Amino acid sequence: MTDILRVQGLRKAFGGVVVANGIDFSLSTGAMHCLIGPNGAGKSSFFRLLLGEHAPDAGTIIFDGSDITNLRSFQRIRRGISVKFQVPGIFKALSVRQNLEVAFQDHLNGQSLNTKIHEMLDFTDLHAEETTPAGNLSHGQQQWLEIAMAVGVEPKLLLLDEPTAGMSPDETRKTGEMLHDLNARGITILAVEHDMAFVEQIARRVTVLHFGSIFVEGTIAEIIDHPGVQEIYLGTADV
Amino acid sequence: MISSETTPRSRTRSLLARLEGPQTMGRGPAFWIAAAVAIAAAAAYPLTADAWTVGNAAYFLIWTFMAMGLGVVWGYAGALSFGQTAFFGLAGYAYGVITLNLGAAYGLTLVALVLAVAIGGLFALVIGYFMFYGRIQGVFIGIVTLSVTLVLETFMAQTAGPQWRIGEARLNGFNGMSGMPPLTLPWVGEDIALYPGPSLYYLLLGLVVICYLGLRIMLNSSFGNVLVAIRENPHRVGMLGYDVRLYQTLAFAIGGAFAALSGALYTAWGQYITPSSMGLTSAALPIIWVAVGGRRDITATLIGTIVVLAGFQSLTIYGSQYALVVMGALLLVTVLVAPQGLVVGAMTFLGRIFKKDKS
Ligand SMILES: Nc1ncnc2c1ncn2[C@@H]1O[C@H](COP(=O)(O)OP(=O)(O)O)[C@@H](O)[C@H]1O
Ligand SMILES: [Mg+2]
Repeated sequence: MTDILRVQGLRKAFGGVVVANGIDFSLSTGAMHCLIGPNGAGKSSFFRLLLGEHAPDAGTIIFDGSDITNLRSFQRIRRGISVKFQVPGIFKALSVRQNLEVAFQDHLNGQSLNTKIHEMLDFTDLHAEETTPAGNLSHGQQQWLEIAMAVGVEPKLLLLDEPTAGMSPDETRKTGEMLHDLNARGITILAVEHDMAFVEQIARRVTVLHFGSIFVEGTIAEIIDHPGVQEIYLGTADV
Repeated sequence: MISSETTPRSRTRSLLARLEGPQTMGRGPAFWIAAAVAIAAAAAYPLTADAWTVGNAAYFLIWTFMAMGLGVVWGYAGALSFGQTAFFGLAGYAYGVITLNLGAAYGLTLVALVLAVAIGGLFALVIGYFMFYGRIQGVFIGIVTLSVTLVLETFMAQTAGPQWRIGEARLNGFNGMSGMPPLTLPWVGEDIALYPGPSLYYLLLGLVVICYLGLRIMLNSSFGNVLVAIRENPHRVGMLGYDVRLYQTLAFAIGGAFAALSGALYTAWGQYITPSSMGLTSAALPIIWVAVGGRRDITATLIGTIVVLAGFQSLTIYGSQYALVVMGALLLVTVLVAPQGLVVGAMTFLGRIFKKDKS
């Protein structure tokens, strides 16, 4: 199987804070992968590097066979990456429907756009809120809306930064099922996640990030049993 | 595959459907009947007033283009431009220079009008390109655009010497240019010169209606969707795969072209243009009209501008030197009472009453 994403020697420092310290990481096409690590490990920064929000100090990012290291964010997105941020990035003054329209109108139009919007309203259970300003939704609903905006475009690679934060166990399970669905349709998924139950539900392989470096990578069972990982989370590991 | 969605007729239908949408207030038969009545009343107005008064009303209509353009740039795309007068003035001068050189025969004044709008729009495109691709944001957009208009004003004010001429046209420094022909329609026998009066009024009224409806369609299209999304959260728009800078630049160029249309029409109306049309006071006025009416809705912008201009005019006519102070006070009241704009406030209020009636 080919790799949809291959990152080599990715490095980024803000003054003295090294958020990525020579990351080598690859993701095979069709994978469903989790990125874990304690707070401040550099998970969100890694996403921002992948998305072109930060320019790396060194390293290359190969996506779908081509070097995207020097592309602008929107160009990377157009190649088939889509993202749900840790903090919901929605258009608060716009209605739920408009949020979805802006997300999908570049790929779809007319009846197919309408169908997709309805599919996503079903999926997020936001039919009643179609014309409500997105800023008036509950935090969980905003989270759902952004997931819908990210997945509705059917990207090649879906990046999710803590998708289930603030969700009830029920909603978390539903999210997991949806991700399995998408993955079955061929979308590669990389998710940052804290909830180990959720990680177990969705991920086949897990990468642990610590101080901007990859600490270990393996199956979920290997990671859970790994003594170093437990120490990292308890804050006792040596650097 | 040729789907039914692409036939010319259905394309027209889908364009017309965009006359209504989330980006514009007013929908349904009640709104369109009211709009038709308003247009009919405006069309009947010259029958009830003398030519001089009608010429004055035409003057109000001239400014609405600049106001609607600012509405697009500021209210919809979220970039407060303080320098729409730069494009207004540039196009005003361009109309003067072109017509003084080409003359008014064969409908050449209409060509001059189109060229002036193109020049103003292109200038806005260039300024917009440097601003948005240079990552200038927020209040700095206001500072840059204000600087541009003030620099143009200062430059034009020092063109008094005889060396400042373009062909036949002397720029005349602080005193400005005058004596250019009004808009002229080629006609069998004799051309029709549109001096301020009913025929110019009707031409402008037609233009206002076309521009207003055209902007409604544009704002409710996917382009308009992206503009308001940029206003709300530009970062997210980029992360949905849109080149935010391109959309901002295009919106700015459209706003500039509308200001240019006002400028060229203004010159044609009064047959003069001066550097002070690009000065600080002139630059501030469109912001007040748009803010008072309501910047986030094109209808509110249009109505607000006409109402405020008419009010402003009667203040100055009746000898008050304090018209500008009143303007400032009006802006203050708006910000305090109805930050979305007085017309938007009123329309929302009316909308609520209508809904209650129905239920
Ligand atoms: N723009 C920035 N400037 C300076 N430091 C930053 C910046 N972004 C992130 N950091 C720092 O980098 C570290 C990693 O942050 P982040 O990637 O958000 O971690 P995580 O998502 O794993 O919790 C943190 O210590 C954070 O304070
Ligand atoms: Mg994070």
